Amino acid sequence: MAELTYRDAVTRAIAQEMERDTKVVFLGEDVAKAGGVFKATVGLYERFGGLRVRDTPISEQAILGAAMGAAMTGLRPIAEIMFSDFAAVCFDFIANEFPKLRYMTAGQLGCPLVVRTGNGGGVRFGAQHSQSIENWTMMIPGLKVVAPSSPVDVIGLMAAAVRDDNPVIFHEHKSLYAVKGEVPEGEIVDTLGTAKILRPGKDATIVALALMVPRALEAAQTLATEHGIDCEVIDVRSLVPLDTNTILSSVAKTGRLFTVEENPRLCGWGAEIASIVADEAFWDLDGPIVRITTPHIPLPAADHLEDLALPNAPRIVERISRVMNGSAR
Amino acid sequence: MASKAKVVSTEHLSNDDIGQDVRLEMFRLQVEIRDCEKRANDLFFQNLIKGTSHLSLGQEAVAAGVATAMQPGDKSFCTYRGHAHTLARGVSMEKVLGELMLRDNGLMRGKGGSMHLTSAEHGVMGSYAIIGAHLPIACGAAWRAQYLGEKDVSVCFFGDGTTNIGAFHEALNFAAVWKLPVVFICENNLYMEYTPIGEVTAVEHPAADRASAYGLERIIIDGNDADAVYRTALQAFAKARSGAGPSLIECLTYRHSGHSRADPAKYRPPGELERWLEKDPIKIYRKRLLEFGASQEQIAAIEAESKRKVDAATEVCKAAPPAPLDQLTADVYADGGWSWRN
Repeated sequence: MAELTYRDAVTRAIAQEMERDTKVVFLGEDVAKAGGVFKATVGLYERFGGLRVRDTPISEQAILGAAMGAAMTGLRPIAEIMFSDFAAVCFDFIANEFPKLRYMTAGQLGCPLVVRTGNGGGVRFGAQHSQSIENWTMMIPGLKVVAPSSPVDVIGLMAAAVRDDNPVIFHEHKSLYAVKGEVPEGEIVDTLGTAKILRPGKDATIVALALMVPRALEAAQTLATEHGIDCEVIDVRSLVPLDTNTILSSVAKTGRLFTVEENPRLCGWGAEIASIVADEAFWDLDGPIVRITTPHIPLPAADHLEDLALPNAPRIVERISRVMNGSAR
Repeated sequence: MASKAKVVSTEHLSNDDIGQDVRLEMFRLQVEIRDCEKRANDLFFQNLIKGTSHLSLGQEAVAAGVATAMQPGDKSFCTYRGHAHTLARGVSMEKVLGELMLRDNGLMRGKGGSMHLTSAEHGVMGSYAIIGAHLPIACGAAWRAQYLGEKDVSVCFFGDGTTNIGAFHEALNFAAVWKLPVVFICENNLYMEYTPIGEVTAVEHPAADRASAYGLERIIIDGNDADAVYRTALQAFAKARSGAGPSLIECLTYRHSGHSRADPAKYRPPGELERWLEKDPIKIYRKRLLEFGASQEQIAAIEAESKRKVDAATEVCKAAPPAPLDQLTADVYADGGWSWRN
């Protein structure tokens, strides 16, 4: 078992899939010769050559459109949108083209591609390079949406995404690129649509995604040692398909649900999970479902303000302990 | 738009490089497209076609000329004004009208409708209703051919209005830089929708005058002359197949009907439609065939057969059922279903 950074896991995942299947190609801005602005694709150009790993102009519509045209005629493209915020300039492909193709053509054509993108805050880039846009993609029928929190999940879920016959939006978290984790040798392939229980517990369920996962785990540790509250932490990993079974089973056991979301509050993914749990596990609940989110604001660049905005371990601890002790929400 | 540009004329009488068989085929396509589009219009007013519909009446020569120059395996990427290009690749009127009438026998079982005609088996890789989107998509299909060493060409049709959207410029640059085997065909019918293209465009020729920005040749042809379209398309396809990269062709033509079913086209200046009706592509081509020795009987037979086909297709479609209700949730995902959770 070797330690690998989240960043290097991206490279290894793409290499694993390109090695396996010559139909896998990779394109994006600065991804080839420069190895990506986050250095997450270093060496792929040298290893697989300029026909398979291609630098593009700053043309997000051309990148995603080309990926789609290649996918619908037989390739398995991986396209990079450097910052997930830029999804807004090519949203036609994400919202109107990829996810509607199979349905509108009654199954004649499909769009097996992966869009990987640097998502999330914590890097002081300000309001247009820091957003958590996973909920923008979650709401569109026809897409699959993944957001790994660890190096090993990056590899396994990327492999699953490349092998999937649907368009998959793969949210990499910018603040996790430097994080290290244990990664086994050999091929790693995971399953889309599966959540992971990272910490078992009996008093409350915390569901989290991407950067919020390590923060939820840290909070759970403090809640256990300082407040006597034993939390179960679930890494949702895949928003579509959504592993509701794992979440509902956990709530049946703990009777309490907290979501920890980096997205601004309105229509965050946790709202959908809260709705499902309220509909289907209401009688399992011993108290209200509580969402811990970024406030409904654009993100500031200043470090002290950004830190105030994004949910962190102390805020999660404070909120959960207060609610679990029966105080005001 | 008062065009002062030189229009490439075809010296058809001195040099018959096309041949009668190809000409008869291009005539048949134009006549069948015309009859099918007129029928679509009629069916609309009988409320048998719902939603919207964008006809290519008057623009048939572009579809016929390009499609006749294409090889099997070449890919067509069309717009919402795509009935003509779909029919021109050999898709039956029954499949097209069935889709327009939203019946189960339609190309996409009624799930796509008039604006999204697709027949993958004929190389019709979709009709796209968000202006400009399919130019990058056609680039991607061409990239696949380039990467795999396949010899097919991707052909992308669009209107003059598309030349003012970002995706047009992104795709042209991308195709040129990557030297992709893609051919962009602009049907300049003078109106973006209701507004004359000249009023909203910085250059006189919305596509061709932008070509030099991408290192491409400025090509403007008479889009109402199927021979000119056919010849120009052949050259562009040969260039694409040889690895020499993309072409951008501006075809000057005119839409006889409004933008869509809802548009009576009252914005046209008096006399404009009449002048263009004189240049009706089918009228031009009937004359052309006679000049090259086709008989009135041959022409009449093609016209009669087209009428028979459209009548027969109409009857089949009228009798066809709508899609079964399970189609509502079919084919959202590749497993055939719509499940987003366990």
